[in-house]
Amino acid sequence: MSAPLLDVADLNVEFATPAGPLHAVRDLGFALQPGETLGIVGESGSGKSQAMLALLGLLAANGRASGRAMFEGADLLALGETALDRVRGARIAMVFQDPMTSLNPYLTVGRQMGLVLAAHRALAGAPARRACAEMLEAVGIPEAGRRLDQFPHELSGGMRQRVMIATALLCRPALLVADEPTTALDVTVQAQILALMRDLRERFGTAVILITHDLSVVAGMADRLLVMQQGQCRETGPAAEIFAAPRDAYTRSLLAAVPRLDRPAALVPPPREVAGAPLLEAEGLRVEFAVAATRPLGRPRRLQAVAGVSFGLAPGEILGVVGESGCGKSTLGRALLRLVPVAGGRVGYLGRDLTALDSAELDPLRRDLQIVFQDPLASLDPRMTVRDIVAEPLETFEPTLDDGVCTNKVAEMLTRVGLDPSHMNRYPHQFSGGQCQRIAIARALITRPRLVVCDEAVSALDVSVRAQILRLLLELRRLLDLSLVFIGHDLAVIRQVSQRVMVMYLGRIMEMAPAETLFATPRHPYTRALLAAAPIPDPVVERARERIGLPGEPPSPLSPPSGCVFRTRCRWAVARCATEVPPLAAHGASQVACLRAAEI
Amino acid sequence: MSLVRQDEAPRSLWQDAGAALRQNRAATVAALVLALITLSVVVLPEVLPFGYEQTDWDHIATGPSLGTGHLLGTDALGRDLLVRTLWGGRVSLLVALVATAVSLLIGVTYGAVAGYAGGRIDQVMMRIVDILYALPFMFLVILLMVLFGRNLVLIFVAIGAINWLDMARIVRGQTLSLRNREFVEAARAGGVPAARIIRRHIVPNLLGVVVVYVTLTIPHVILVESFLSFLGLGVQEPMTSWGALVNEGAQELETSWWMIVFPSAFLAVTLFCCNFLGDGLRDALDPRDRSHR
Amino acid sequence: MLRFILQRLLTGIPTLLVLVALAFFLIRAAPGGPFDSERQLPPEIEANMRRAYHLDEPLPMQFARYLGGLARGDFGPSFQYRDFTVTELIGAGFPVSLRVGALAMLLAVLVGVSVGTFAALRQNRAADHAVMAAAMTGISIPNFVMAPLLVLVVAVGLGWLPAGGYGDGGWRHLLLPVVTLALPQIAYLARLTRASMIEVLRSAYIRTARAQGLPLRTIILHHALRPALLPVVSYLGPATAAVITGSVVIEQIFGLPGIGRFFVTGALNRDYTLVMGVVVFYGTLILVFNLLVDLIYGVLDPRIRHDA
Repeated sequence: MSAPLLDVADLNVEFATPAGPLHAVRDLGFALQPGETLGIVGESGSGKSQAMLALLGLLAANGRASGRAMFEGADLLALGETALDRVRGARIAMVFQDPMTSLNPYLTVGRQMGLVLAAHRALAGAPARRACAEMLEAVGIPEAGRRLDQFPHELSGGMRQRVMIATALLCRPALLVADEPTTALDVTVQAQILALMRDLRERFGTAVILITHDLSVVAGMADRLLVMQQGQCRETGPAAEIFAAPRDAYTRSLLAAVPRLDRPAALVPPPREVAGAPLLEAEGLRVEFAVAATRPLGRPRRLQAVAGVSFGLAPGEILGVVGESGCGKSTLGRALLRLVPVAGGRVGYLGRDLTALDSAELDPLRRDLQIVFQDPLASLDPRMTVRDIVAEPLETFEPTLDDGVCTNKVAEMLTRVGLDPSHMNRYPHQFSGGQCQRIAIARALITRPRLVVCDEAVSALDVSVRAQILRLLLELRRLLDLSLVFIGHDLAVIRQVSQRVMVMYLGRIMEMAPAETLFATPRHPYTRALLAAAPIPDPVVERARERIGLPGEPPSPLSPPSGCVFRTRCRWAVARCATEVPPLAAHGASQVACLRAAEI
Repeated sequence: MSLVRQDEAPRSLWQDAGAALRQNRAATVAALVLALITLSVVVLPEVLPFGYEQTDWDHIATGPSLGTGHLLGTDALGRDLLVRTLWGGRVSLLVALVATAVSLLIGVTYGAVAGYAGGRIDQVMMRIVDILYALPFMFLVILLMVLFGRNLVLIFVAIGAINWLDMARIVRGQTLSLRNREFVEAARAGGVPAARIIRRHIVPNLLGVVVVYVTLTIPHVILVESFLSFLGLGVQEPMTSWGALVNEGAQELETSWWMIVFPSAFLAVTLFCCNFLGDGLRDALDPRDRSHR
Repeated sequence: MLRFILQRLLTGIPTLLVLVALAFFLIRAAPGGPFDSERQLPPEIEANMRRAYHLDEPLPMQFARYLGGLARGDFGPSFQYRDFTVTELIGAGFPVSLRVGALAMLLAVLVGVSVGTFAALRQNRAADHAVMAAAMTGISIPNFVMAPLLVLVVAVGLGWLPAGGYGDGGWRHLLLPVVTLALPQIAYLARLTRASMIEVLRSAYIRTARAQGLPLRTIILHHALRPALLPVVSYLGPATAAVITGSVVIEQIFGLPGIGRFFVTGALNRDYTLVMGVVVFYGTLILVFNLLVDLIYGVLDPRIRHDA
């Protein structure tokens, strides 16, 4: 083996905080060969990002790093700012998580790229512009010349991340550090970016450090793996070995917690035979939002977030709703509970039309219909104690309830969701994310509802916490005989918890089928593309997979395509897809909205 | 980064903010000085042996001296400057409190209604604020004072009427964002009636912004009032206020320096402390600064 | 861009109308008229004068007449300076006021922005604390307090500069008024710039720029300065209003023959047309300046530019 490109030893990172020093990274050491890809995996707070920021001298002002990091003959940690500036951007480049905030919104793409060339290559004017345009084309951006004069907000999310990568590669660095480069992106766009990174790595021979919380993302990318927990390295070695036979207990638990899209779900019981009327029924449900006019005095435009959705939900059933950002899945969840105004269609609950009720008639029914949101901290009022938060629905529906009885019920519920009832006088900010989500679940369940909408309820949580919360939800569902509408963007999670799955795109249902049918034999081209794009946490499977990428990104819901809304990205699309709106029709056990469902 | 914190007592956000404020030495000192000024303005005029319009014929325009009993000297009419400054403080602080209350009342109501109603009502209400905002209000107030004579109630109303616009904008923005926050949505999903949502969720979460804004409005109002008094449009002689005293002092600049220096010092120190306290409160109540790792 | 300007002009017109109407009807609602001062006039003469000034017409008619005059730049006759029209008085005073006000604004922006940036780059160090303490003091001393104090020390005590008067308009006469007008604005702008610069320097795209190995100078000048100046630009509107308001007392204290002095004497002498003329004139000026500020903002922020 040749000399390592980067050799890190005894790396320690400390932050000075008002509550005393916080040790973010402890005694970290690793070596990276030229051209090699190292995946650094860990949950939030594991110190994975801070370790890399420390190497590049990018820590926050209260951070201190010590140790040794040899790169091309120099110790990065001993370099001054000026010397470091000759390494950063030129020899080591970095790509960050959120391309929207990581690009300067006030400068054109060309200007931001040009500044880098001017600093490291002393290149300006036409040659610099040509170099930038070439690099944009290399990362798959069409019409590169025009893009150079655009501002970041005029580009789509995936396009922005491509610009970030192009800028990073401008000076042909020896090492590219990518910090959660796909976390803010939709799954189909994530697949595009990962494919691009694999391709560029080959072409430029760049070594890559990929920092991520997502084991499935590193599975198809990394040669070697480094697993971190609470600032320390738990295990490091070739990726294939760690995935196949993890030696460390924490790695094992992490791997066990990651749901796998290619395996049947272990968590859910098969659906019961449905007898009698559905609990909840949506018919042609439509939700519209007014979007401010682009012209002064112009009429506001209507955005159809949900464009005619019909389905039924049996008592005790778990329906998974999946789709990319902007597909209207969250709006659908809110519309079912009438938290947003409904523009058309009806929602039937036990035979009553919820959309026809006024708020006085609706409020008593809300006892049965509850919701759990994505951001656990944001969904709890920061100025109320946990007791008051959980008790609020109870006090609303049973105003005569004695205070003591109420407190007892809260304590009982907190115990049920796995919290210590003696903490009930604390405030939300004193709890961790997972604990906050338990509190939110306790609040949703205290009135013994019949239906709970879980809107991305585990998306903000770490993998291990996510698994606990999912198990808790399903356990409570069994005990309390709940129906769940489980909204999410992560196919593997949806597969784990759902009995039936609905796939949405631009406010419409593309396909709806029993979970096992949908994942085994997807019928709609969009479902197929989604399944193909989702990475699987297994290097063997991941490397053997055929990659059929879905090109482009979803069109704006303000101007959906005519006919079938998916046709602009569909590789099976034909002329009549542009004129005919495909109805949701039965194909075997599935319902599919595709004109060519039978042929493909 | 949220770390699991164990074995700790319940701490509300207000308690956190209080602790942060107490750690801010500048803000603490400012609060103490303000308390001292307020206390002396309220108590001392009752204790000191001179009235605010009482002329000491033996000491006309004399400098500060322990011997004469006029600690800060006397003015051109032989009135004790300390007593007059304290009385001026009474007027200035009273105007500040009442006018701030007026702007608070109008601003919070207007802003909360616009923010919670949303939609078209909100648009119309905010359009009106925009138009009023562009008016040169100071000139209109001066016009008002000139036309309708000097009148303490008019001062309250006029100054309050200038300041409610800012308050309305801030409260409306905050209400709008609170209304769409998930915990409010959760309360709506829980069947909590609108009035109760406003009382239990919206108002307590608005309070922080309003408190900060009030502490920054008070010095502004004091400034406006003293500006009007300086122009001779404030309270009537022999009653006085800080601005009026500065004006008198400016006219006797070359002979009696104390007449401008002491009222100016009181005015400046009060404004200084209010601003410092406001800054400290804003830092203490701003959640962004508290959540850093 | 043109559409944006037109839109802003369209929204400016109702504001201006509200201003003129407010001022006009306030004056008509006030007790007493312009001719009840001094001697009692014989009734027929007063009636003649009322007719001459069109005060006998119905109110809406008078208002329309006033608006028509405004459109032609005619603010009507002054009641106090009987030989002059308000337009002439404003025309005579404005060059002086403009000179003092513009110099003060220029000084405030130059010094305020540089000092604020300087403090932001030395955040929480001694220099930063010193600058910010000075700025806080600057905000807390009103200019009508600062003016006589400066006169007391610089003019009366040290005798370096004249205590007042416009003279030939040279720097010796302008220095004190300009500095007193600018000081609170310098202090405010320094605080504003510092806060927004610190905020910008914390943002993710600055971290990206640092990760790209750009030198600090490039980061500040090319990446940070423009967004950091946005709050400063939006404050320029209120700052102009504050400087104009401040000029009213400053001109009085230093005895400068600007519009502000007319305003105060006009107000004290109940010269309604003059006072109203000044209010409308300055109101329009502020509105136009706000439009300019919006345009500058649009140039600085690409997102606004394209949305508009």
